[in-house]
Amino acid sequence: MNVSVSAPNSATIAASAVQLARGRKPHRLTAGRIGLYAFLITAAIFFLLPAYVMLMTSLKPMDEIRDGAIFAFPRTLTFEAWWAAWSSACTGLNCNGISVGFWNSIKILVPSVFFSIAAGALNGYAMSFWRVKGANLLFAALLFGAFIPYQVFMYPLVIMSATLGVYNSIAGIVIVHTIFGMPLMTLLFRNYYAGLPIELFKAARIDGAGFWRIFFWVMLPTSTPIIIVAVILQVTGIWNDFMLGLIFAGRENQPMTVQLNNIVNSVTGERVYNLNMAATILTAAVPLLCYFLSGRWFVRGIAAGAIKG
Amino acid sequence: MQTSVAIKDLAIEFGAVKVIEKLDLDVGRGEFVVLLGPSGCGKSTLLNAIAGLIDIVDGEVWISDKNVTWSEPKDRGIGMVFQSYALYPQMSVRQNLSFGLKVAGLPRDETEKRVGKAAAMLQLEALLDRKPSELSGGQRQRVAIGRALVRNVDVFLFDEPLSNLDAKLRNELRVEIKRLHQELGNTMIYVTHDQIEALTLADRIAVMRKGIIEQFSTPHEIYHRPANTFIAGFIGSPTMNFIDGKLTEAGSSMTFSGTEGVSFDVSRHPELAGSGGRDVILGIRPEHMVLGESTDPEAYKAKGKVSVVEPMGADTVIWVDFAGGMRAIRMSGDPTVSAGDSVDFHFPPERVGFFDQQSGVRIRITAYLRHLY
Ligand SMILES: Nc1ncnc2c1ncn2[C@@H]1O[C@H](COP(=O)(O)OP(=O)(O)OP(=O)(O)O)[C@@H](O)[C@H]1O
Ligand SMILES: [Mg+2]
Repeated sequence: MNVSVSAPNSATIAASAVQLARGRKPHRLTAGRIGLYAFLITAAIFFLLPAYVMLMTSLKPMDEIRDGAIFAFPRTLTFEAWWAAWSSACTGLNCNGISVGFWNSIKILVPSVFFSIAAGALNGYAMSFWRVKGANLLFAALLFGAFIPYQVFMYPLVIMSATLGVYNSIAGIVIVHTIFGMPLMTLLFRNYYAGLPIELFKAARIDGAGFWRIFFWVMLPTSTPIIIVAVILQVTGIWNDFMLGLIFAGRENQPMTVQLNNIVNSVTGERVYNLNMAATILTAAVPLLCYFLSGRWFVRGIAAGAIKG
Repeated sequence: MQTSVAIKDLAIEFGAVKVIEKLDLDVGRGEFVVLLGPSGCGKSTLLNAIAGLIDIVDGEVWISDKNVTWSEPKDRGIGMVFQSYALYPQMSVRQNLSFGLKVAGLPRDETEKRVGKAAAMLQLEALLDRKPSELSGGQRQRVAIGRALVRNVDVFLFDEPLSNLDAKLRNELRVEIKRLHQELGNTMIYVTHDQIEALTLADRIAVMRKGIIEQFSTPHEIYHRPANTFIAGFIGSPTMNFIDGKLTEAGSSMTFSGTEGVSFDVSRHPELAGSGGRDVILGIRPEHMVLGESTDPEAYKAKGKVSVVEPMGADTVIWVDFAGGMRAIRMSGDPTVSAGDSVDFHFPPERVGFFDQQSGVRIRITAYLRHLY
């Protein structure tokens, strides 16, 4: 074939580049992208640095920590601080480690998460499908309550739980967590159910199913994504709680966060930084794990549930 | 005919919006009734009221000679199929079909028998263990129909069951529903805004507008003798040609005169007797307009300029500029004229209907006149 090549001017070059376009569009690294990545990486380092220092410190013996090189890798790697933090760290006179708090937190967490989600799901279901009289008003009140700083409720709640005889008990703290979880859980489930076709509900009604059967057989099985989101929100929220646990759980049942605070703040002699760091990482492990294991679900659920409606 | 579903003085409101104010409907046993009407006219609302899924403000609902106005949906002897299928997403096809029976506490073998029968009728046997998400749209809708089928009810309610499907599937399933009706002999009330579905399926069509049933009769009657211009324009595609004009009476002859000097001698229409001076609309369907000259002295003859030709395969629609507007002529086969041509066309008097210009209501022979003729 005979192709004659004449000197192309710039206009024809541009035109031919467009004409040559074919197949997958090439990805180009623009300045904006580079800037974005630079920012993201910087932010990640900024937030990861303290975590890195904590981890390193927890793995060093005290001699090495006294040198003050907080960014350095441990010269002698030791897990002693971790073991001590778990089983023999002292809060006051008790030296049973933070494991006591861990199990307390579990005892608080499991029923609290269960009941708060159950209540939210039921509320959301009733509000979305059963046209309960005054449901919207109730919902507005619930949301309004969620915006009041919860310190305001403390004193009345203490009195109320004392009157009910559940003050200073696991039952008491579970009830409190359930109450405080209700607005967000209801919102989450209500929005999720509002997105389901109403015909699903109608079909079940024609099939003869009642309030509970529709809830357990039709609605709950389709709620897996939002339940996962709710579990993540509640597990992290309740695990991280400090104040409610301190006030309502009672001395015997103090959750891990409260105990961690006691360990770190009980100053008798030298501060055992490695132990404190280990105890802190142990306490943060549960919500961290929760996020790591569920990252995709979390984003998906928030997008599905919270933004709509 | 025995009555299967009767609705008396029905009124429905959503807050301040009165969707249906006073509606009566009688559906015979085994009848296939289609509710047809534009979007938002209250078809689904009416169907939901029959099913007992919404609260009504006034009126009564009777199904199989029982007053079910205050009954629960499950106690009304109805099955319902929705546009969005509404299958239980986490249940298999089998579980979807048997859910209602399980709720009703039917014995296991009876449940299985009914599910098997419905599955056989709807060719679902191979799909029984699949989840709804693993089915095609047509299969999903068949499951939804099956769910109504297993309940052994007297009345089936369909709310636009085919409108989520593509054209081919819609045709297939439409035939299947018709066959089902012939086999079962149940009463069926079927909502659609697809006129083809209405005309092919219905024993009777109820055309609705703004919560009111405008006409309730056979597809033939609705198509050929629409009660008003709304119905006439709503059914048929392209829609009926409407030509505005005025009637003038001179002795025993009546003349229809439109714009552009259009004039027909309409003395042979008994319904127009005594209507001299009235503003009317002449309605004629596209397929009743014939291209070419006519030798029939009675035919209404006209001339116009072709502006658009639409070949549609089996037939062709020719748009002609005539009497102040575009008029459609449907001819079978391929087009014989092209845009810009001047053409003659004509239409027979017996295909023409007249409507009052003000109210849009069809002008009918009054009882007195009917007696005369
Ligand atoms: N839950 C509701 N609340 C308020 N208004 C409603 C509600 N449901 C329906 N409507 C109104 O009632 C009227 C009739 O609605 P309906 O759903 O019966 O119409 P339709 O004939 O089924 O229309 P389509 O063909 O679009 O399905 C509409 O104007 C609609 O806006
Ligand atoms: Mg509808």
